[in-house]
Amino acid sequence: MEQLAIEAAELSRRYGSRWSLARLNLEVKIGERFLIVGGNGSGKTTLLRLLSTALPRSGGSLSIFGIDPELSRSDVRSSLGLLSHQSAIWEDLSGSENLEILANLVGVSVDTHALLAKVKLESRIDPVSTYSAGMRKRLAFARLLLQRPRLALIDEPYGQLDPEGFDLVDSLVDELIDAGSTVVMASHLVERAAKKCDRALLLEAGQARWTGVSSDVPKAWRALHKGES
Amino acid sequence: MSAPVEIISERREVSLIRSVGLIFRKDILIEWRSKSRLVGMSCYAITLLMLFAFAVGPDPVMLQKHASAYVWMSVVTVSTLLLSQSFQNELESDALEGLLLVPVPPAAIYYGKALSNFVWILLLELISLPFAVLLFQLDLTTSPLQFVAVLLLGAGGVAAPGTLYAGLTGRLASQQLMLPVLLFPLLIPTVLSAVKATNLIINHDPFDQISAWFAVMCAFNAIYWVLCGVMFSKVVDE
Repeated sequence: MEQLAIEAAELSRRYGSRWSLARLNLEVKIGERFLIVGGNGSGKTTLLRLLSTALPRSGGSLSIFGIDPELSRSDVRSSLGLLSHQSAIWEDLSGSENLEILANLVGVSVDTHALLAKVKLESRIDPVSTYSAGMRKRLAFARLLLQRPRLALIDEPYGQLDPEGFDLVDSLVDELIDAGSTVVMASHLVERAAKKCDRALLLEAGQARWTGVSSDVPKAWRALHKGES
Repeated sequence: MSAPVEIISERREVSLIRSVGLIFRKDILIEWRSKSRLVGMSCYAITLLMLFAFAVGPDPVMLQKHASAYVWMSVVTVSTLLLSQSFQNELESDALEGLLLVPVPPAAIYYGKALSNFVWILLLELISLPFAVLLFQLDLTTSPLQFVAVLLLGAGGVAAPGTLYAGLTGRLASQQLMLPVLLFPLLIPTVLSAVKATNLIINHDPFDQISAWFAVMCAFNAIYWVLCGVMFSKVVDE
């Protein structure tokens, strides 16, 4: 039987009395590129945070590469990387220092200058607190590459970036895929993101409304939000 | 799996002690970069000492009698600001969550941060001490080693539970209020024994009582450093 990167059944998450994600069934194959789309508050970020083990689930079952995160959270965490809305970086340190510290904690040796050059930040030696939002996003991508994740969870990869940054993100995602990572991304830029992915899931109000090949997701998205057929 | 970029090596195991060292070094570096915070906090501690001295008035006997309490009250008060700041750095961009997801063991995060807080509290003590000696006309030359031991155990007794509670209250909007409210009751044994031991050193310990207070400080340090390390993962990762 083929091992799955993600296998979720009836996966749910509740904040107080509100269900942010309700009874979601999801299967993502190893090496697949999977897209999650949906409006604001549809549950995309919650789903990515559940998959990353940053949030505990309220119900259902979940396994990442065959491991239940609630039974062996550390094993699951060492196989994944999350790029979230927050950049998870230390503001008072430079980009290079951030990457060096993370590399030591992850247990990898890294040429930080070359890695920063990949995200076009090699000339910045000042603290991250002086970076623009787009530069922080690019540094967060360098952080994700450094972790060498088997499963890369990327929340809004194009957020806060300029058009040049969009192309950079596309190339970085390609690099992750070429390295064998399974990529799950959530994005509002449906048409652009759909081109990078194999399959897609459309969420609305915490529930799965549509699943299929990603090339069809723009149509499904328009049908849901504009009433088109 | 092949490397996403050739510039990154294969992943290898990182020991708990190495992780503690890395977190410690990172926290020291971050605080060192923002020295203005430490300068500000030192000024705050010195101002508190001056206020206490002015409140008592120019009576050397009274000043010396209460000096140890004033010194430790100012250290504890200012330390809460320092402790809460140590987690603000992590929460600004969700860096703490980033560390947990790497995954860095919560115990490594705790001990790295607690050791760094210990160093900064000790530094705070050392900066404010000369002013205390001047203001309260203290003579600490008779038992300098014992006094150093009190400073070390006092800093440890504040840093260990303080780091845990700073992590616990870090995400609260009212952290600056909640941290002292929750932490101060826990610090009573440490502060009480540090005040008593300092007082005995100032008064040359006529009845050789100081060892009892050292024992209390050592015991609470041991309890706090072990127990808080165990509890930290429940506080930040559950």
